[in-house]
Amino acid sequence: MKILTKWLRSYLPGLPADDAQLAEDLTLRGIAVEGIFDLGPGNGSLYEMDITTNRVDAMNHYGIAREAAAIYGVALQPFDLTLPAHKPAAAVFPVRIEAEDACGRFTARVLRGITITDSRDWFTQAEVDTYFKLLEQKKISSAVDATNFVWLAMGQPTHAFDLDKIEGGILVRRARKGEKLKTLDGIERTLDPEDLVVADHAKPLALAGVMGGWDSMITPATKNVLVEAAWFEPMAVRRTARRHGLHTDASHRFERGADFNSAPVASALVSRILLAAGGSIEGDLVDVRVPALEARTAARKPIALALSEVQRILGTTTDAEGITAATVEGVLAALGCTLVPAGAAAWSVTLPSWRLDIEREIDLIEEVARVYGYNRFANTLPAFGGGVTALPFAQAESALRETLRSAGFHEAIASTFCSASDAALTAPQPGLVVPLGNPLSEEAGVLRPSLIPGMLTMVAGNLHRDVSDVRLFELGTVFSGTTEKVDERPALAFAAAGLLPEQSPLHPSRSIDFHDLKGVVEQLLTRFQTRTLYFDRFAPEAGLTPAWLHPFRSARIVADGTTVGWFGQLHPREAAARKLKDTIFLGELYLDRLYRLPLRKPAAREISRFQPVRRDFSLVLDESVAWEQIDRTLASLDIPEMVDWRARETFRDAKFGVREYSLLMGVTFQAADRTLREEELQAFQAQVIAAVGKAGARLRS
Amino acid sequence: MTNEVIPHLTAFDEAALDQAFATLERQARDAASALGSPEAVEAFRLHWLGRKQGLLNEVSSRWLKSAPPEAKKALGQRFNALKSAVEGLLDDASGAGPTDEALAAEAIDITLPGSRRLTGAEHPITRTLNEIVSVFAALGYSVGVGPEVETDFYNFECMNFPPGHPARDTQDTLVVANQERRAQRDRLLLRTHTSPVQMRTMEQQPPPVRIVIPGKVHRNDAQDATHSPIFHQVEGLCVDTNITFSDLKGTLDHAMKALFGSSVKTRFFPSFFPFTEPSADVQISCIFCGGKGCRKCKHSGWIELLGCGMVDPAVFAFAKEKQPAYDPKKISGFAFGMGVERIAMMKYGISEIGQFYAGDMRFLGQFA
Repeated sequence: MKILTKWLRSYLPGLPADDAQLAEDLTLRGIAVEGIFDLGPGNGSLYEMDITTNRVDAMNHYGIAREAAAIYGVALQPFDLTLPAHKPAAAVFPVRIEAEDACGRFTARVLRGITITDSRDWFTQAEVDTYFKLLEQKKISSAVDATNFVWLAMGQPTHAFDLDKIEGGILVRRARKGEKLKTLDGIERTLDPEDLVVADHAKPLALAGVMGGWDSMITPATKNVLVEAAWFEPMAVRRTARRHGLHTDASHRFERGADFNSAPVASALVSRILLAAGGSIEGDLVDVRVPALEARTAARKPIALALSEVQRILGTTTDAEGITAATVEGVLAALGCTLVPAGAAAWSVTLPSWRLDIEREIDLIEEVARVYGYNRFANTLPAFGGGVTALPFAQAESALRETLRSAGFHEAIASTFCSASDAALTAPQPGLVVPLGNPLSEEAGVLRPSLIPGMLTMVAGNLHRDVSDVRLFELGTVFSGTTEKVDERPALAFAAAGLLPEQSPLHPSRSIDFHDLKGVVEQLLTRFQTRTLYFDRFAPEAGLTPAWLHPFRSARIVADGTTVGWFGQLHPREAAARKLKDTIFLGELYLDRLYRLPLRKPAAREISRFQPVRRDFSLVLDESVAWEQIDRTLASLDIPEMVDWRARETFRDAKFGVREYSLLMGVTFQAADRTLREEELQAFQAQVIAAVGKAGARLRS
Repeated sequence: MTNEVIPHLTAFDEAALDQAFATLERQARDAASALGSPEAVEAFRLHWLGRKQGLLNEVSSRWLKSAPPEAKKALGQRFNALKSAVEGLLDDASGAGPTDEALAAEAIDITLPGSRRLTGAEHPITRTLNEIVSVFAALGYSVGVGPEVETDFYNFECMNFPPGHPARDTQDTLVVANQERRAQRDRLLLRTHTSPVQMRTMEQQPPPVRIVIPGKVHRNDAQDATHSPIFHQVEGLCVDTNITFSDLKGTLDHAMKALFGSSVKTRFFPSFFPFTEPSADVQISCIFCGGKGCRKCKHSGWIELLGCGMVDPAVFAFAKEKQPAYDPKKISGFAFGMGVERIAMMKYGISEIGQFYAGDMRFLGQFA
């Protein structure tokens, strides 16, 4: 919205500030001046305004002048509403409001013998020509210009009808089914029974509060005019405007609440302009009001305001005296309120008809703070409000993040949405996928049931940009359920492709593999306290392995008997479908389940001061014997002095059988209370050899 | 190693013994003085003290065997003295370490880059969220979270949005499918702000409340350089007896200084949010030009950063339905909210909001 300071100043003869200062002071009081443009000597400035929707009263010159008057405590010039004496009318012009819920006030003034012209400067008292030129507002004809001028001056929409096109009188009513109206934009509209219209006794003339009608518009031939200035109910206007896809200056104002009392003022201003080119008024202003709507607007009950409440909410100011009774009275009076004392430092406040946004005591307190100036309040801090409590999973969340970062994974954040087909592929509970009603796109049609789709998109994005070393993780929410009820759970996804996160000019790096990712998973899980932790996989025909995973290179993660996630190599057919040539390893953890486990707390053990002894065993095993079997067998030996055993190396060699492999296993013996004797070690070794023998391993000769 | 020779012992008198042992000791000292590497020291040890072929072993067996019984004591004493002298030389030699020449031979190119174990990066959004949260944690604020799919009630109604408010339109808000038949307040949508967690917190907890709410929010917005349908907010809520607008100002002024540096100034001006009254927008003095005016602040010297205000009594009225202590006549509070992306973009000089959600290794790696 554009505002001329030259125009503003015509209402504020005593304004002390220059244009820049005025702009700053208005902005700091919520009447935001976004830009100031100098219009040259004598012309003042043009303000580009950004007024919040609740302050529709300030979207015009007089409304902003009123704000300035309140800020600087200067007088606001009233409008000159003097009109020539009217000629008596044979009968009062008939006006009736049938839709009493939707039209609160309708004023009509009959002007006769009017000359419609586009050349005369018809309003000599104001510099209308200048204003319009400075605003680059085109002059069209005196009737249109008059209503535009009044709109820009005070924000009240008005309408001028060609009186001779009106049959009988005015009736404000709902449209009848199938009624037609050609509006000023030249469009013939079929009306809805909910539409509010200004009609005569035969036909609709205008969409009330939205747009006038074609047939009754002012033309150069018009001699007699009916000036309408009315108050329409916001919802009724909004619905009518929406239904017809219209947004006009008039509908904008009425939808946000017009000033009930400005109708006669606007009517007088328009009439003065039209009469400047000759003609006369016939009869008194016809002014029909609906008391119920007047009671909600211009005649609202006063509200109680106490200084103590103002101070309780607003607090300390930088001025020593703070907010006083005089401050409250001064500010509110300048904004158009009437204050009647009601006890000590308390008032009964009558609200101005143009400020429908003010309804409660808190609204008045805001007005006091606003006009007083927000930046004149001190910077204080509240008293201590009690200790800070952490979210139950906050520590676990940061432990996971920290572990993944130290393993070389960057944190990423992906879209909350995915396609229905990706959801079907990755949902842990197929069928419990929640679709959106107005998705951003088809690819974002549902709430993600898993972090895997987003992870795959991000990995693919990197690979397609020739970034081949990828290590990403995301900690985010996944969704399941129905459109009736949606469940949200935290999840963690991670993915890797390319080389290990090592960079050296001396030691070549190698490609990341399944066991690298498994190591990361193990590190993540050891942050939690588990009684049991194991990995397994299912036969493909069991249908238990997620469809996005390679059936033979993936694992389920089971902690304390609960499945907490899956990981492995991306299913090669899925990779092919996505045109991904690189091998991708990825996984997902169900954090709601993981968070049920306590975080592992470090505890120190006594470290033995006796020498540990390591014995290596070189075993040959059948392909079908997995490490887990050896591991379990050794655990079942239950030798306290056998403190550690691990697979150190596996390798294949033609020397062994075709379906055999070799495993180098390191076992460490150590006692807490003595140095182990050779005979003891011999006995332990024999036990180990016997045990692995039972598990299907033989010593390599 | 020099070729030490065991002198031939012709007589076993003291003088002869002295001379023979002196010769051996000189040989040992000469040899020890030339030891330059741990390998040489080891060779010296083996040569002199080796259990089987060591020179001293040889001396012992050769001389002691042939010595007459009366000379054995004198020979033994001298032998032990020599042995400890050699051991002393060995100790000295192993303590001395390698020679300068040996060290020079071990030279490497120290200008080659170091071998690095690459670590991952914190996402700039997480990083910024954490920074904001810890500033408020130091002021006594706990962290609150809430669901990303909300009901119309929590997202709009209890936050005092009027029924026909444009934000409630599907043009602005992403909604779950098939909600048309449900009562307006039960309809499910993607929360458009973190404010619903204000109400969820108040329903659970009587005052005092000091809480910050970080979270992901969604709007039905077209993506451009600075807008995204997905973004993050941090919301704050403080409710207690005697919480004032000046407390709000002081708290945010402190927080902005903690986040952007102590020289940052704040200014407040009126704004409008349905759930606060009075409402304010907060600007900070431009962190790029210090307030002089530059391209980043559109030459105004100020950058708009957050919205805030005193909690609207209508919001307390909703909380009061479950927690009677939220009586707006007795308590008061303030709330504030800020866009995390905007702050992160400013702090780290990021020009495209979409980079936050692309998972580009090259972008993310900058934050390691």
